[in-house]
Amino acid sequence: MNDFIAARSQMALSLGFHIIFSCIGMVMPFFMAVSHYLYLKTNDVSYKNITKAWSKGVAIFFAVGAVSGTVLSFELGLLWPKFMEHAGPIFGMPFSLEGTAFFIEAIALGFFLYGWDRFNKWFHWFTGVIVGVSGLLSGVLVVAANAWMNTPAGFDYVDGKYINIDPLAAMFNDAWFSQALHMSIAAFAATGFAVAGIHALMILRKQNVAFHAKSFKIAAVFGTIAAVMQPLSGDISAKFVGKSQPAKLAAMEAHFHTEKSAPLIIGGIPDVKNQKVDYAIKIPGALSFMAKGNFKAEVTGLDQIPKENQPPIAITHYAFQIMVALGMIMMGIAFAYFIALFKKKSWLKQQWLLKLFVLATPLGFIAVEAGWVVTEVGRQPWIINGVMRTKDAVTPMPGIQYSFYLFSAVYFSLAVIVVFMLYRQIKMVPQLYDKTNP
Amino acid sequence: MLYVVMIFLWMAILLYLLLGGADFGAGILELFTSYPNKSKTRKTMYRAIGPVWEANHMWLIITIVILFVGFPNIYTTMSVYVHIPLVLMLLGIIARGTAFTFRHYDAVKDDMQKVYNKIFVYSSFITPLFLGIIAGSTVARRIDTEASNFLDAYVFSWLHWFSITVGLFTVAICGFLAAIFIIGQTENLEERIRFIRKAKTFNIAAILCGGLVFLASLYEKIPLLDWVFGNSVGITAFSLATVSVVILWNLWNTDKTNLMRVLAGFQITMILLITTWKHYPNIILLKNGSSLSLLEEQGNAKTIDALAWALIAGSIFILPALVYLIYSFQKPKEKIIS
Ligand code: HDD
Ligand code: HEM
Ligand code: HEM
Repeated sequence: MNDFIAARSQMALSLGFHIIFSCIGMVMPFFMAVSHYLYLKTNDVSYKNITKAWSKGVAIFFAVGAVSGTVLSFELGLLWPKFMEHAGPIFGMPFSLEGTAFFIEAIALGFFLYGWDRFNKWFHWFTGVIVGVSGLLSGVLVVAANAWMNTPAGFDYVDGKYINIDPLAAMFNDAWFSQALHMSIAAFAATGFAVAGIHALMILRKQNVAFHAKSFKIAAVFGTIAAVMQPLSGDISAKFVGKSQPAKLAAMEAHFHTEKSAPLIIGGIPDVKNQKVDYAIKIPGALSFMAKGNFKAEVTGLDQIPKENQPPIAITHYAFQIMVALGMIMMGIAFAYFIALFKKKSWLKQQWLLKLFVLATPLGFIAVEAGWVVTEVGRQPWIINGVMRTKDAVTPMPGIQYSFYLFSAVYFSLAVIVVFMLYRQIKMVPQLYDKTNP
Repeated sequence: MLYVVMIFLWMAILLYLLLGGADFGAGILELFTSYPNKSKTRKTMYRAIGPVWEANHMWLIITIVILFVGFPNIYTTMSVYVHIPLVLMLLGIIARGTAFTFRHYDAVKDDMQKVYNKIFVYSSFITPLFLGIIAGSTVARRIDTEASNFLDAYVFSWLHWFSITVGLFTVAICGFLAAIFIIGQTENLEERIRFIRKAKTFNIAAILCGGLVFLASLYEKIPLLDWVFGNSVGITAFSLATVSVVILWNLWNTDKTNLMRVLAGFQITMILLITTWKHYPNIILLKNGSSLSLLEEQGNAKTIDALAWALIAGSIFILPALVYLIYSFQKPKEKIIS
C-alpha cells in the first residue's frame, strides 16, 4: 500500500467511523428530550426510565464521538498538511464556530447526564435540548467545511496563490445548504431507524414490551418522517451537483456520453473501457429530469471531462445506487408505518411491520456511509474541487500505512467494544430500567 | 485582532494544562495508588471529574482550531515533523476517553472493569507524557525542515532527553494538580489525608523532574537557563512561583482548599509564562536557527479578525456556562447521581 492510498484510507476510515457517532450524538438528544418531556408532563415513570436508559447509551456514543472527532482535527494536518496550509485560513470559519458549538454541547451534556434531581427539572430538561441543538449546529457547521471542498468560494486562485481571502464567503459556499440539509435529515433517518429496529426486536422477543413499545414509537416517528423527506432533499442535492459538479454527477450515474433526454440508469455494471453500462434498467429522460428538472435537457457526460479529472466511476456509481435504493426502501417502510398509525391501527400489532423495522436497522447508516463515498470519491481527483489535487496535498512523511493499520485496529476494537456494551445495556433493561417486565 | 487571537491561544493552552492536566492527573494518581485504596480513590475521583471531563478536553480542540485557522504554517509544520508523538498522543486520548466512559457506563460490572481500569490509568500517563514531549520539541531546535533521511526528519525532531524530561515534568504536574483539586472534594478526614500526601509527593516529583529538565537542557545545549534567568520576567515569575510553593507547604493542615488550588494554578501559570515569554512571538524554533513566529505566520488578516470575533462571541456563551458547571458539581451533595 503506498503512502497516498494509505492516507486516503485512513481519512476515510476515521471519517466513516466518526460520522456514525456524530449522527447519534446529534439525534439521540432529541429523542431523549421527547421522552423526558413526556415524563415531566405525564409523570409516567417508564418515560423517565427510557430517558435514563438512552442517556447511558448516548454517553458511550458521545465519548467515542468526541475522541474520534479530536483525532480528526489533528488528522487533517497529519495527513493533508499542504491542503491545510492553504485551506485552513479559508474554510476555518465554520470550524472556529463549531468549536463553540462543541463546547456548549459538552457543558450541557455534563449538566444533563449528572443533573438528575439536582436542578430544577425544567432547567435539567432544557440542558438536554441544548445538547441536541448544539450538536445539530456543529454538524451543520462542519458540513460547511466539506461543502467548501466541493464548491470552493471566498478566495481567488491566481498563479498558485490564494488571495483575497474572505472567510465568510467561504463559509456560505454554494453547496452548504443542500449538503447540510441532506446530512441533517440523514442523521435523523439513520438514527431513528437504528434505534427503532433495536426496540422492535425486543418487542418481538416479548421482553419488557411496554417499555420497548414506547421507545420504539418515539424513534420510529422521527425516523420515518426523516425518511420521507430524505429523497426530496436528495433531489435538491442531485440538481445542485448536476449544476456545480458535472463530473461527480456523471460518475454517480455512470453517464458516459453527453446527451439530451439522458436516461436514468438503475443498477448495472459500469464498463469503463467500453464506456457503457451493462445489465442496467434505463428510464428514458429521467436523468435529465433529475439533474435539470426537464426531461429534454442535455446532461454532461464523462466524455466531456478530461481523463485526468475523472473520479473513480464504478465506486461512485455503486455507492450512489446503494444510497438511493436504501432511501427508497426506508421511504416505503415509512409509508407503511404512517398507514398503520392513521388508518390501520391493527397493523401496529402485527409482526410483519416490526420485522420490517428490525431488518431496516442498519440501512440508514449504510446509506450515510454510501452517501459520503459519493461525495468524497466523486470529488476526486480534487481535494479542493478544481483547485488542488488530492495527491498534491498528502504529507511527505513515509510509512503512513503503519499508521493506517494502527488506526484500523483501534477503531475496529472500539467498534467491537461499543457493540458489546450496547448489547449489555439492552440485556440489563429488565434489571435496571423496567423491573415489571410485563 | 491578532493579539486577541494570541491571548486566546495562550489561555486555551493554559486552561488545557490546568483543567485537562488535573483530569489526566486523576488517572495518574490512580496508577500510583496502592491496591487497597484504589477503589476509594477511583470513587472520589469520578465524582470530581465525571461531569467536567468532556469540557476539560475541549481546550485542546480550541487550541488546534486556532492554530490551523490562524497560523496554518505552524500547525502543518508540527503535523509533519512531530507526526509520530502526535499520533501516540491521539491514541492515548482515544484510549483514555473511551475507557473512562466505558467503565462507568458498562451496564454489567464484571472483569471488564479491570481491563478498562488498566487502559485508563496507563493512557492517563502516556497522553500527558507525549503532550510534554511535543511541547518540548517545539523549542528544542531539533525540528529540521531540510533533513534528508527519515530518522532526522521524523524521529530525532522529538526524541531527545530534553523533550523526554519535559514529558515527565508534565506528568508530574498533572498528578500534582489532580491531587490538589481533589483535596477539596474529599468527604472525610482519612481521604483528605491521603490526597494531601499525594499532593506533597507529586509536588516533590514535579520539582525533581523540573531539575531533570534543566540537566537535560544543559546536555542538549538548549539555553533554558538563559530563558528563565536571563530576563526580569523570567526571574520574577520563577521567584513568585517559588514563594507560592513555600506558602502552599504551610497550608497542608488548614482547610483553605481553594487557596491551595489557586496557588497550584498560579505555579503552573508562571511556568507557562516563563517558558513562552523569552521566545515570544516564536513558537517553533527550527534547527537551522530560524523560527516560526506568531506575528509572521498569521494566515490572513481577514481570517484573523473573523476568528477573533468568533472566539470572543464563543467565550460569552461558554465561560458563564462552564463556570456554572464546575461550580454546580463542586460540593459533594448527598444525592450522588447514578
Ligand atoms: C439516511 C441516509 C441517506 C439516504 C436515505 C439518502 N442519502 Fe443522499 N446522502 C447522504 C445520506 C442519505 C449523506 C451521507 O448524508 C450525504 C453525503 C454528503 C451529504 O451532504 O449527504 C449524501 C449525499 C448525496 C448526494 C451528493 C451530494 C454532494 O456530493 O454534494 C446526492 C446527489 C444525494 N445524496 C442524493 C440522494 C437521493 C436522490 C436519495 C434518494 C433516496 C438519497 N440521497 C438518499
Ligand atoms: C467536514 C467534513 C469533511 C472533511 C473536511 C473531509 C476531508 C477529507 C479529506 C481531506 C480527504 C482526503 C482527500 C480525498 O481523498 O478526498 C477526504 C477523503 C475522504 N473522505 Fe472526507 N471529509 C469530510 C467529511 C467526510 C465524511 C463525514 C465522510 C464519511 C464517510 C467522508 C469520507 C471520505 C472518504 C470516503 C474519503 C476518501 C476518498 C477517496 O479515497 O477517494 N468525508 N475527506
Ligand atoms: C460531516 C461530517 C461531520 C459531522 C456531521 C460531525 C458532527 C459531529 C457532532 C454532531 C459531534 C458531537 C456529537 C458527539 O460528540 O458524538 C461531533 C464531535 C466532534 N467532531 Fe465531528 N462531525 C463531522 C466531521 C468532523 C471533522 C472533519 C472534524 C475535524 C476536523 C470533526 C471534529 C469533531 C470533534 C473535535 C468532536 C468532539 C467534540 C466534543 O467533544 O463534543 N468532526 N461531530
